[in-house]
Amino acid sequence: MSPTPRPSSPLSAANPPLFSLLSTDHRTIGRLYLGLALFAVTVGTLLSLVMRIHLLWPAWAFPLYGPILPEDYLALVTLHGTLMLFFVLTTAPQAGFGNLILPAQIGSRHMAFPRLNAASFWITALALLVLLASPFVPGGSAISGWTAYPPLSAVASAGPGQAMGMDLWLTSIAFFAVASTISSVNILVTIARMRCEGMTWNRLPLTVWAWFTAALLSIIAFSVLLAALLLLFCDRHSGTNFFLPAGDLVNGMLHQSGDGSPLLWLHLFWFFGHPEVYIAILPGMGLTSMVLANFSHRRVFGYRLMIGTTLLIGLLGIFLWGHHMFVAGLNPFASTAFSITTIAIALPASAKVLSWIATIWRARPQRTSAMLFSLGFVSLFITGGLTGPILAQPILDEYLHNTFFVVAHFHLIMAMAGVFGLFSATYYWFPLLSATARHRGCLLSERLGRWHFWLTLVGAYATFLPMHLTGLAGEPRHYAQLTGIPNAAGRMLASTLPLNLHITGSAILLACAQLLFLANLVLSLRRRTPAPSNPWHATTLEWHPALHPFASHDASERITVFRAPCDYRMSDSGETFFLTQWNYEATPDVKPE
Amino acid sequence: MLSAPSASVLLPLLPPDASAHGPALDHQLLLCLWIILALASLAHILIFLGLILRRSGSPRDPWAIEYLPLGALALLFTALAIHSEHLWADSRYTGASLEAMQIEVTGMQFAWYFRYPGLDATFGSTRPQLASAPEGNPIGIDPADPHSTDDFVTSELVLPAGHEIDLTLRAQDVIHGFSVPELRLKQNAIPGETIHIHFTATKPGTYAILCTQLCGMGHYRMNANLRVLPDDEFENWIEAKEKAAHR
Repeated sequence: MSPTPRPSSPLSAANPPLFSLLSTDHRTIGRLYLGLALFAVTVGTLLSLVMRIHLLWPAWAFPLYGPILPEDYLALVTLHGTLMLFFVLTTAPQAGFGNLILPAQIGSRHMAFPRLNAASFWITALALLVLLASPFVPGGSAISGWTAYPPLSAVASAGPGQAMGMDLWLTSIAFFAVASTISSVNILVTIARMRCEGMTWNRLPLTVWAWFTAALLSIIAFSVLLAALLLLFCDRHSGTNFFLPAGDLVNGMLHQSGDGSPLLWLHLFWFFGHPEVYIAILPGMGLTSMVLANFSHRRVFGYRLMIGTTLLIGLLGIFLWGHHMFVAGLNPFASTAFSITTIAIALPASAKVLSWIATIWRARPQRTSAMLFSLGFVSLFITGGLTGPILAQPILDEYLHNTFFVVAHFHLIMAMAGVFGLFSATYYWFPLLSATARHRGCLLSERLGRWHFWLTLVGAYATFLPMHLTGLAGEPRHYAQLTGIPNAAGRMLASTLPLNLHITGSAILLACAQLLFLANLVLSLRRRTPAPSNPWHATTLEWHPALHPFASHDASERITVFRAPCDYRMSDSGETFFLTQWNYEATPDVKPE
Repeated sequence: MLSAPSASVLLPLLPPDASAHGPALDHQLLLCLWIILALASLAHILIFLGLILRRSGSPRDPWAIEYLPLGALALLFTALAIHSEHLWADSRYTGASLEAMQIEVTGMQFAWYFRYPGLDATFGSTRPQLASAPEGNPIGIDPADPHSTDDFVTSELVLPAGHEIDLTLRAQDVIHGFSVPELRLKQNAIPGETIHIHFTATKPGTYAILCTQLCGMGHYRMNANLRVLPDDEFENWIEAKEKAAHR
């Protein structure tokens, strides 16, 4: 983007940059994480569009590149999944908004370990750099997907990209695992040790509970992933045999010794991989609870139950990795056990949905963009979540495993719900995101926000709902093309083409709708109309005047908390009041509309 | 519970079914789809009503709002799970019957090969060192083993209708996913392991065998035909093959 030259810009002189690269300030680090995630999500989205177009017109030569080969398609799949899962859905909700908002929400002015915090960001940035370098090495990027099942990922001869490209992938994800672990330790210690006076565990906002649970999961999951990555690296370069059996013959290369099993990787990877999806979605759940309550001017229904279900989802999330392996060679009895733990998680998830509905029930909430995106989160969480108990049944997985039904499921519940959570957070916290010591920060345009919401919601459903149908019709994942395939398979795959055409069109619409968001960011940051200090009449501490970035010089004021969040009340005469966590007195709640 | 006719409205979403265990699986799948369709609609109606109705005080009764609906959902999911695990147990908890026909499937980048044991009903041993597709021995059958002399390997899977089949799944190089959508079958083949699945194809016809586990650049074109033949046609086919193999 080329900025229009502005002669003698007094604005930019008065406002120091939002980013300062060597900073250990938690807000700056949060913004850097969000910037990194925005970059990664842009690249990941463009890659997905290339995939969708290639799927329908495999012979079409892309401008400046040429035709996409099957191995290029798999490299796109791998990069798309890796970027979105790790560098968007893990970094933005947890490290991005966590850093930006969490300390203030517990009444602290810092994270516990500012330097470690900066280190974890820079290691994450290094991880991204290594990943993005992989398309440019001989053989190109890895082609084994974000799950990197060996022996495909363990043997360089298994395909283009499985030599140096795979090494770079492993290195990148290992860096990422280290960074996430550091960042999670920081979050946990901050929540445990840095809460202000009066901020008891019961009074913690649900966002903080979500960050807390996700950080606990991160430490457990990423440490196992890191170990698995190191084992795989040893198999590739040090002659070990953790994942390789003797007699494995890959593309003319015979593996002579050892009695390793690829299944060990599946266990280790999914022990990480399943908690990972909860790491991605828990912060969105916490935020949605708080945003729904804020704009409904009510307490979250069943607040303690919400805390309990957050922790329960985290706990159960550790015990259901086997549902990724029902047809992968897992003992059938183990499949039954994992099936039951997986179906069980539907209950805490349903409890959350019931609480959300009760919170907004007959509340006539203000329909701000942040609220709309949180409502969208609830909708996508329901639609995407309900296919979970179907996929949790091994007998149905025998038909549905690795079909587009699964792709539809996780794109709705994890990707789309996760992104709606991020959008809600951005619209809600934009004044804090854009504030500096010299500027109050600004709001995003609500008008553009509403357009952005509706187009994104329609685009998301139009893209991912039909994938259930192509999956039911038998379309498998990871297929580079659906046409020109011999045998009976060709007939079956070709029957999904009309729906796939619709999906590609919708995906393009969905991506284009995001231009509205980018425009909103640019326009609002240019206009910089100062936002009120507590624009949403929120009750949580991040809106405390003394914790606002604009007032960071006033660091001596003691922060004390008097009550639980979301305290909205009505007087006898019908006026509503809200009681912030930091104030004794009630503030009259006059709706801005 | 929904009866079969109402569930079958969604049946055209699935490819036709040609296996003995398929109809029960389809019924469970369609039943679940109806249930989640109803639950998703109900939740969205509640959200929509909650948003448009006049403001009132916040709801208070946790029993009516949380615990009773959760109890109902718990019962529903338990019932679905019990039925589903029964189906799974029928299909996977026990092996094939002793009379089942033995066929071995080997997946490799990017083809499926099917080995029939021949007249001695025993597979000869294989050695990966001997595997060479150009030399006509893609799965590395050891000619020194007397059991292997009558083994024969095909690139399409031919089965008799109405007979139980015991498939032995193997993979030569990387993990492959053996999948026959029309038989509602899916099981990965793992290098270094042998995995058995058993099933009965019921309807003669030609069906697709796919690979459903990402296995490399040719993953999308790794497929084969499955031909299910009526008994007499199958007898003719296998006799011709066995004769050719013996020669």
